Amino acid sequence: MSTTNGWIGKSVKRVEDKRFITGKGNYTDDIVLPHQTYASFVRSPYAHARILSVDTSAAAAMPGVVAIFTGKDVAEVNGVPCGWLLHFKNGDPMKEPKHPLLVTDKALHVGDAVAIVIAESAAEAKDAAEVVMVDYEELPAVTDAFKATQAGASLVHDDAPNNICFDWTLGNPIEEVDAAIAASAHVTTLEFVNQRMVPNAIEPRAYNSSYEASTDKYTLYTSTQNPHLIRLLMCAFVLGIPEHKVRVVGPDVGGGFGSKIFHYTEEALLTWATRKIGRPVKWTSTRSESFLLDAHGRDHITKADMGFDKDGKITALRVKTYANLGAYLSTFASCVPTYLHGTLLQGLYTTPKINVDVTAVFTNTCVVDAYRGAGRPEATYLLERLVDLAALELNTDPVELRMKNFIPPFDGITQPGYQTQVALQYDSGNYQGVLKKGIEMLGYADLRKAQKEAAANGRLLGIGISTYIEACGIAPSAVVGSLGARAGLYEVGQVRIQPTGKVSVYTGAHSHGQGHETTFAQVVADKFGIPMEDVEIIHGDSEAVAFGMGTYGSRSLAVGGSAIVKSIEKIIEKGKKIAAHKLEASEGDVNFENGKFTVKGTDKSVSFGDVALTAYVPHHYPKDLEPGLDFSSFYDPANFTYPFGCHIAVVEVEKETGKVHLKRFVAVDDVGNIINPMIVEGQIHGGLAQGIGQALFEGADYDENGQLTNGSYMDYCMPRADDFPMFETASQVTPCPHNPLGVKGAGEAGAIGSTPAVVNAVIDALWSAGHKVKDIRMPMTSERVWRAMQS
Amino acid sequence: MSVRIHVRVNGVDYHHDVEPRTLLVQYLRDTLRLTGTHIGCDTSSCGACTIHVNGKAAKSCTMLAVQADGCEITTIEGLSNGIELHPLQEGFRECHGLQCGFCTPGMIMTAADLLQHNPNPGESDIRHALEGNFCRCTGYHNIVKSVQYAAEKMQAVQQNKKEVAA
Repeated sequence: MSTTNGWIGKSVKRVEDKRFITGKGNYTDDIVLPHQTYASFVRSPYAHARILSVDTSAAAAMPGVVAIFTGKDVAEVNGVPCGWLLHFKNGDPMKEPKHPLLVTDKALHVGDAVAIVIAESAAEAKDAAEVVMVDYEELPAVTDAFKATQAGASLVHDDAPNNICFDWTLGNPIEEVDAAIAASAHVTTLEFVNQRMVPNAIEPRAYNSSYEASTDKYTLYTSTQNPHLIRLLMCAFVLGIPEHKVRVVGPDVGGGFGSKIFHYTEEALLTWATRKIGRPVKWTSTRSESFLLDAHGRDHITKADMGFDKDGKITALRVKTYANLGAYLSTFASCVPTYLHGTLLQGLYTTPKINVDVTAVFTNTCVVDAYRGAGRPEATYLLERLVDLAALELNTDPVELRMKNFIPPFDGITQPGYQTQVALQYDSGNYQGVLKKGIEMLGYADLRKAQKEAAANGRLLGIGISTYIEACGIAPSAVVGSLGARAGLYEVGQVRIQPTGKVSVYTGAHSHGQGHETTFAQVVADKFGIPMEDVEIIHGDSEAVAFGMGTYGSRSLAVGGSAIVKSIEKIIEKGKKIAAHKLEASEGDVNFENGKFTVKGTDKSVSFGDVALTAYVPHHYPKDLEPGLDFSSFYDPANFTYPFGCHIAVVEVEKETGKVHLKRFVAVDDVGNIINPMIVEGQIHGGLAQGIGQALFEGADYDENGQLTNGSYMDYCMPRADDFPMFETASQVTPCPHNPLGVKGAGEAGAIGSTPAVVNAVIDALWSAGHKVKDIRMPMTSERVWRAMQS
Repeated sequence: MSVRIHVRVNGVDYHHDVEPRTLLVQYLRDTLRLTGTHIGCDTSSCGACTIHVNGKAAKSCTMLAVQADGCEITTIEGLSNGIELHPLQEGFRECHGLQCGFCTPGMIMTAADLLQHNPNPGESDIRHALEGNFCRCTGYHNIVKSVQYAAEKMQAVQQNKKEVAA
């Protein structure tokens, strides 16, 4: 392998920025095709209703209407599938009710689509949709995951008794955990809600599907995080059309945060409809539709007990969670509260006994699926709230309590990985290091003194600590397959050296803000020892890129980057053969360094560009070697990667009003090796804002009728620029021992550690004034904090 | 029924017949195909559609195209001359003030308005001025730094101009 040319580790400015800052980005809604038509949907205003009749006759006569389709028209088409099969504890498969493209008999949540209207313009489609007459008979709705399982609750799906999709358990036998809790010197118990979040990518979902009769080919432009997966699911599971006849393109995508991973009904319906009408069909979600339909996140109701011995060592953890799945099973819905949540409950601690029990529940609400962090924020919130609360209850310092219980440092090479009680094996870690660095940056001891002084003066200052670990780069395929995944989780990376030595890289990962065009180019330029501008990263087009699993779970660099490195290695190996022939040396004597092939012990060399040209103009060429310099690799990792870190919030709570002021936020994250520190820091910042947003501002509120009462930006509190201080961030580097770049992933870290840090800080502030409250429901509005102080 | 309007957008005159209900942002995107101005919501909250109307920042989803009749409009496409970047565009790139890029045009246009009447804003001035523009990617941290970068650069240019004039 070549030595570095210095690209790796540099804060290179992003190559993709030019088009975005000049208004030249190309998002799905920017694309208009010849003979374009536009779609609008007729959606149920009720959370649960029988559809008695649908009358489209008046709408069909409206100006510009091209076609109207109802549930009956697509009754023969399959629904959108779930990508992860779980089983009940008794071995029965989970309940998988059909998620139809358009509903026929019953609408199961507000926004469920009854009909699609296609017209010459978006305005005409909307006008006509408004006059489609639907007779509904409203039925009782369920929205709360716990209440939905109780006797007498209305059923979302007739074949899912008690609205239970599945129940699931992991860890040590419950009897052992019960006994360990019972024998503990102290038990901290917390009942809480990890509230439902609306992902709110600023670009609303948009799709534009077209069909070319002459070639029998479809093209779908979609605001997606994983075009190949959408193609696979849509073709093989929903529409039954040959995959090679469908091109799926995810052009510039305006943020995802999980919500654009999933295969949505509208993607398949537009693709079905374009062939019916023979013209391209475009649909762009309104923000109101985004609130109602983009898969929500979190929504757990949990009771957890953590036991401690007389020395403050954790003895056991017992968790019972009701996870809300919404009305249908979204693409990854079933694995989020289970394999991405239960498996993380070891946290950073040596807890010897752990049992987690999850009941996954259907309700008359929007589907719930992965949202930045997906399961891991829920696990971290649970653990870090318990540990901080235990410190308050035991009147001990939360830093000391954590240090006492941390898993000792291990590098995963000379020391083995850490086997948890909940299935995972951590790769490498130094948890003491990030906490130590965090409290140093904060000036912890001084702040504790300041807190005491503030309390004496009637001011409520709080310090909240959270440490976290997450599992990223989800894989290997064999393991996820055994856990119920219906797809592999490798990644594809093709590196094509052009005859002139320029490099085209095709990755199955998809960038929607992460900056792959820069980071991946840094890796390639570094390994080949060439200028970055000689490298082009191509992603997001199923016709250009052989295959891919897309971007989510902080996997792009760890899995996708590793696939590219594998191809780079193959190219260098072949390049050495070509160079040896050109230099009349033996292949074993050829080195590749800084963009040159050299012969050991001589001054003979040939440049990367010369070797590339020779590969394509093979006049003087090794016998038995194919021309060309183009390799593709599939990389299936040996394990997940495990980033970790320490987040600390400092808040001041207004005594009179309960308003929380976030004064400081310190984040020390260890995401393994770093290719571009500027981009990693940016990822952390964004995650922090979302995590802090959950603690202080955000949360979807359904009323008992299943109406989303804050389904707009006038009602849902989005974090704004003046809600935050400047973040204080730092890195620690513990390389991942099992991938070639040593990277772990940075996309979700900020959103995972920050939420409990802020809540812990507010609880800490209240305890400093003698209000010994255990929990304040998120988002911690002034009213909720004020009420907590009055209790 | 449609209404004839005349607007000057990024220095070019346009005459079009528009439906009275057409929003200014729809006119810019669909008729003029200036797709750098984005639509992120339906309640005038997110600011992705921010442009300048007669030199002032305006949310183009909150104006009808007919209301813009006779107005001078600048969109993100017209902020710089196409060769050099505006200091704000440069600042956003230098300071990693964008990730997915969707909010960026509106963010830049709002910041440009701020710097017109407050050339030396403090951190809290910037945060306050950007309150009507949502970003879900950056946590606003680097956006604040980008605006500070631009303010410093623009002030340095002004200072230089003064010195040259003197």
